Amino acid sequence: MSLKEKALILDKAGIERALTRIAHEILEKNKGAKDLILVGIQRGGVHLAKRLAARIREIEGVEPPVGSLDITMYRDDLSTRKSQPVPQATDIAFDIKDKMMVLVDDVLFTGRTIRAALNSVMDYGRPRRIQLAVLVDRGHRELPIRADYVGKNLPTSAKEKVEVMLIEDGVEEKVVILGE
Amino acid sequence: MALSSKDLLGIKGMASEEIRQILDTAATFKDVSERDIKKVPTLRGKTVINLFYEASTRTRTSFELAGKRLSADVINISTSTSSVVKGETLLDTARNIEAMKCDIIIVRHSCSGAPEYLSTRLKSSVINAGDGFHEHPTQALLDMFTIREMLGRLEGLTVVIVGDIAHSRVARSNVYGLTAMGAKVRVCGPPTMLPPGIDRIGAEVHYDTDEAVEGADVIMMLRLQLERQAAGLFPGVREYARLYGLNQVRVARAAKHVMVMHPGPMNRGVEISSEVADSTPVILEQVTNGVAVRMAVMFLLSGGSKTET
Repeated sequence: MSLKEKALILDKAGIERALTRIAHEILEKNKGAKDLILVGIQRGGVHLAKRLAARIREIEGVEPPVGSLDITMYRDDLSTRKSQPVPQATDIAFDIKDKMMVLVDDVLFTGRTIRAALNSVMDYGRPRRIQLAVLVDRGHRELPIRADYVGKNLPTSAKEKVEVMLIEDGVEEKVVILGE
Repeated sequence: MALSSKDLLGIKGMASEEIRQILDTAATFKDVSERDIKKVPTLRGKTVINLFYEASTRTRTSFELAGKRLSADVINISTSTSSVVKGETLLDTARNIEAMKCDIIIVRHSCSGAPEYLSTRLKSSVINAGDGFHEHPTQALLDMFTIREMLGRLEGLTVVIVGDIAHSRVARSNVYGLTAMGAKVRVCGPPTMLPPGIDRIGAEVHYDTDEAVEGADVIMMLRLQLERQAAGLFPGVREYARLYGLNQVRVARAAKHVMVMHPGPMNRGVEISSEVADSTPVILEQVTNGVAVRMAVMFLLSGGSKTET
């Protein structure tokens, strides 16, 4: 059962515009970049978090610290999976206490990854506030989780897969829906 | 990825890919022990039993911490205070424990093959914490992790293991593991302590320590069990120390960046001089890495269940 590309949702330019808008929205909602920190969720959100930080520096003149968070150890499906996922690095080299944290991920789907991320963040400290930025929200939430900043809302069928491909991974940059 | 078997009984026969996977996973678990909150919920609700038929502080504590840091419930059974003194067999003991629904049983036993014996009869995952003279897989994994962390790789390194190889399960597991990962292994010790056939599992045999450590990247010293003197395997501690002990002069013959390792506990002044022991922080690093490696092993063994996705 190999999945084929069914539709192109965002091309390179579309991704850039969405990230620029999200960067502006983050600064607007938080009234600037004071105490702002970005944490990208492995693996999809890490590159996006770095890009957002760069955009924020272009707009506001200040680059917020960027960290990466691996949530493998906090997943809720570890005993039912056939094999364990490979944990990636968590690198939060700064104190998160009292900071305005924006979690960044590529696709928001069931919400379980974000639930795991919230549990993981709490083990590192107590941010003043946690917000969520995603490039694509594809619906089908299984938990009461919502994003503060969304690049694109995308109605999908549960059987489909949404893939965000970025130049940092050495592929052509685009967001696509895959299906049978 | 999952490990290919439900148990970890030995390094012999493990694919280099699998070893690499354990080492990579251990690297991320090492971070957990560095945090303020040294706990992740990964094995929450799982039950881990340390079934130790032989005395141990280091290994047992390491497994206990590894399980607890993964949020598992860990019970230590040391058989001197259990029904084993009433004559209960190994299988009965293990079956009774399994009947209390335990997920992972970690076994240290003086009989080679005891963990394997249990693994085929129990549904739980069995981890070998040292069986007789056979294997001590998690020790070899943490040794390889430590080497890889300090020197950046395992392939092409020259690793020398010095001491009572014949009675060392640590040495055997390390020979299997290091050769699988592409390192060159030399073993060195008195002829009474080098088992015949050790060359057939990939180690180069040496009886002269100065020769053996020449240009070595890693020197692993094994503890001399002083009881072996009574069995006539070596004439005296001073002679052993002179011929096979590691001191500053001998260490200088190895590569400039040489790593000195010891699985512990050390006999200072016997197999390793105090100066060498204290000038090498790696020995303590091995202990730190032991917890991370054991966390990785438990994590990888606990994936999957009767209902597979």
